[in-house]
Amino acid sequence: MSDKSISTAPAVQTGNWYEPDAKLKRRYASDRRLRFYGVTAIVFALGMLAALVGTIAVTALPAITQTMVTLDVELPADKIDPADPRSAGYLKLFSDAVARLFPEVDTPKETRELRQLFTSSAQYQLRDMVVADPSLIGKTVAFTFPLSDIGDQLHKGAIDRNLPSDQRRVSDIQIGWYDRLVEQDRITAPFNWGMIFNADSRFPEQAGLWGALVGSFYALLICFLVSFPVGISAAVYLEEFAPKNRWTDIIEVNINNLAAVPSIVFGLLGLAVFLNFFGMPRSAPIVGGLVLSLMTLPTIIIATRAALKAVPPSIREAAIGVGASKMQTVGHHVLPLAMPGILTGTIIGLAQALGETAPLLLIGMNAFITAAPESMFNPSTALPTQIYIWADSPERGFTSRTSAAIIVLLGFLVCMNAIAIYMRKRFERKW
Amino acid sequence: MDKTAETTGVLSGAAATRTDGHEIKVAASNVSVFYGEKQALFDVTIDIPGRQVMAFIGPSGCGKSTFLRCINRMNDTIDICSVTGTIEIDGANIYDPKIDPVLLRARVGMVFQKPNPFPKSIYDNICYGPRIHGKARAGSEMDEIVEVSLKRAGLWNEVKDRLKEPGTGLSGGQQQRLCIARAIAVNPEVILMDEPCSALDPIATARIEELIDELRERYTIVIVTHSMQQAARVSQRAAFFHLGRLVEEGETDLIFTNPSDQRTQDYITGRFG
Repeated sequence: MSDKSISTAPAVQTGNWYEPDAKLKRRYASDRRLRFYGVTAIVFALGMLAALVGTIAVTALPAITQTMVTLDVELPADKIDPADPRSAGYLKLFSDAVARLFPEVDTPKETRELRQLFTSSAQYQLRDMVVADPSLIGKTVAFTFPLSDIGDQLHKGAIDRNLPSDQRRVSDIQIGWYDRLVEQDRITAPFNWGMIFNADSRFPEQAGLWGALVGSFYALLICFLVSFPVGISAAVYLEEFAPKNRWTDIIEVNINNLAAVPSIVFGLLGLAVFLNFFGMPRSAPIVGGLVLSLMTLPTIIIATRAALKAVPPSIREAAIGVGASKMQTVGHHVLPLAMPGILTGTIIGLAQALGETAPLLLIGMNAFITAAPESMFNPSTALPTQIYIWADSPERGFTSRTSAAIIVLLGFLVCMNAIAIYMRKRFERKW
Repeated sequence: MDKTAETTGVLSGAAATRTDGHEIKVAASNVSVFYGEKQALFDVTIDIPGRQVMAFIGPSGCGKSTFLRCINRMNDTIDICSVTGTIEIDGANIYDPKIDPVLLRARVGMVFQKPNPFPKSIYDNICYGPRIHGKARAGSEMDEIVEVSLKRAGLWNEVKDRLKEPGTGLSGGQQQRLCIARAIAVNPEVILMDEPCSALDPIATARIEELIDELRERYTIVIVTHSMQQAARVSQRAAFFHLGRLVEEGETDLIFTNPSDQRTQDYITGRFG
């Protein structure tokens, strides 16, 4: 038999033994092909991601700054009562300042067109400035306030001056006024803090994310306060105490299924139970948080059970061996050791909840609300629903603000995931 | 083989004097253990005398560990496991519903195959048991328990300057002695050891064996071991298990030199196992 194998070997092999034959070459070729497919797939995925983030970033770029104009406003002492600065006629004061700068504008139509260049709330901002600092009364102050959407777009070059006048949103005369303001150095474009610290508005130059940020914060707080203790308790009971029988199997399968239920279904549930049955306030972060906690619960339960399973049984044996009760074993040893994993899962669950839109739409957190909520019982929006509202708004300025809001949301998500990864690395335990 | 015979010879003289007058500490009768449908242990009846080392030997899967874990009811933690028969410690049946397994485990300590210190400081490892049983208040009382336990486990001189360091940072042999100290700290009467040296190198093993020999002054020790040499070195009595049955039990030197059962003979001469 060995004779035969020796005699047949040279027949198969051609050339030197170290030169790969055709079969081996084909094998290598298919290896290379497979590697090429893999690299292509990754490049494709990264390319799509880069295109997505790139588009959003480029679109968001104009929202980084907000075009402002500075006017000299007289605040005569006889027109403003220092005891009650709030009630003075600021519209008149503001109009006077505008009229001083543009004395040739006298017809009502032209006055209206001129006012269109400035934000519609200029007189209120003037009032707030005086109320905040009554010592300004009696002086002439430099009052800086935003241009309106069309002025902002004009400054950022989003409006084509070469188009015929009836095809663009600013008239020739408005462009002339704007150019005069530029010549007088009255136009500036500082960083757009209003984007963060203003509440929502119908006018893009005044619209900001503050209401949405506060609303999202409250909703996530509620979500955490509800889903964290409930999720851990459920997971600890199922993993450590519950008997393994048909009922616990059914519960386990259903929890896993719950994690895959479309989020809008949770929204319907919240609408039916929290709003209609319990009569909780509509659009309020507390309801949003409760609905989100329903969604986050399965994630936390699954993560907690995985973390508990990862604690080696030898630790449980050691604790039971010195006479710890089941509860002490779990409370003193197993749970603390599982905590990093649990927290990681919780943060990832909360990050999911932060980006969730559909359930919030159903409970009315896409309402138009122009002030940040004072408590978790006041109507409010959340970050993703704010993006949804802005994406739906026709004003040109909202295009870039929508993208900027998406970047803010992505920033929060990246931060939360980074914290989760850091905690996993930091507290990872080798056994 | 020669060396083993020599060691048992040395032990036999000492063992003979010690066996006399030792009262029965643990008395098991007709203990059977079932894992679900499968029976793992068949009608084991054995008396374990106090203040001696009893070794359980036998091939893998013979039920020796299973029986050991019955003595402090560790098997309770396995859902599908059920135990029949009685095990009496000082005359009280530990499977009586009136017996609290937590109190039982304070009287019957256990050391496991793999060293399993808590991922806490050395000090906390020792004081955990006394604390949960309320045996000592924190402070000097607890310090004393920690010191005494570590001294009895022969670890004090090695760790006295680093009690606050994590127990998991010690070497394997030190970790196992820390686990022994942890078991001693609750002041048990019986200490069960489930292959305590199988994860250790020969030097650490020798250290633990010396320790076991010292500990039998105060405690009743039951040790499961794969190594017949170890059984011969540390134990006064030995029990041979095979396929879930107790085949033979008696003084260690008799079991090793003159076993009455053919299966014991085959096992200790290395024909199987």
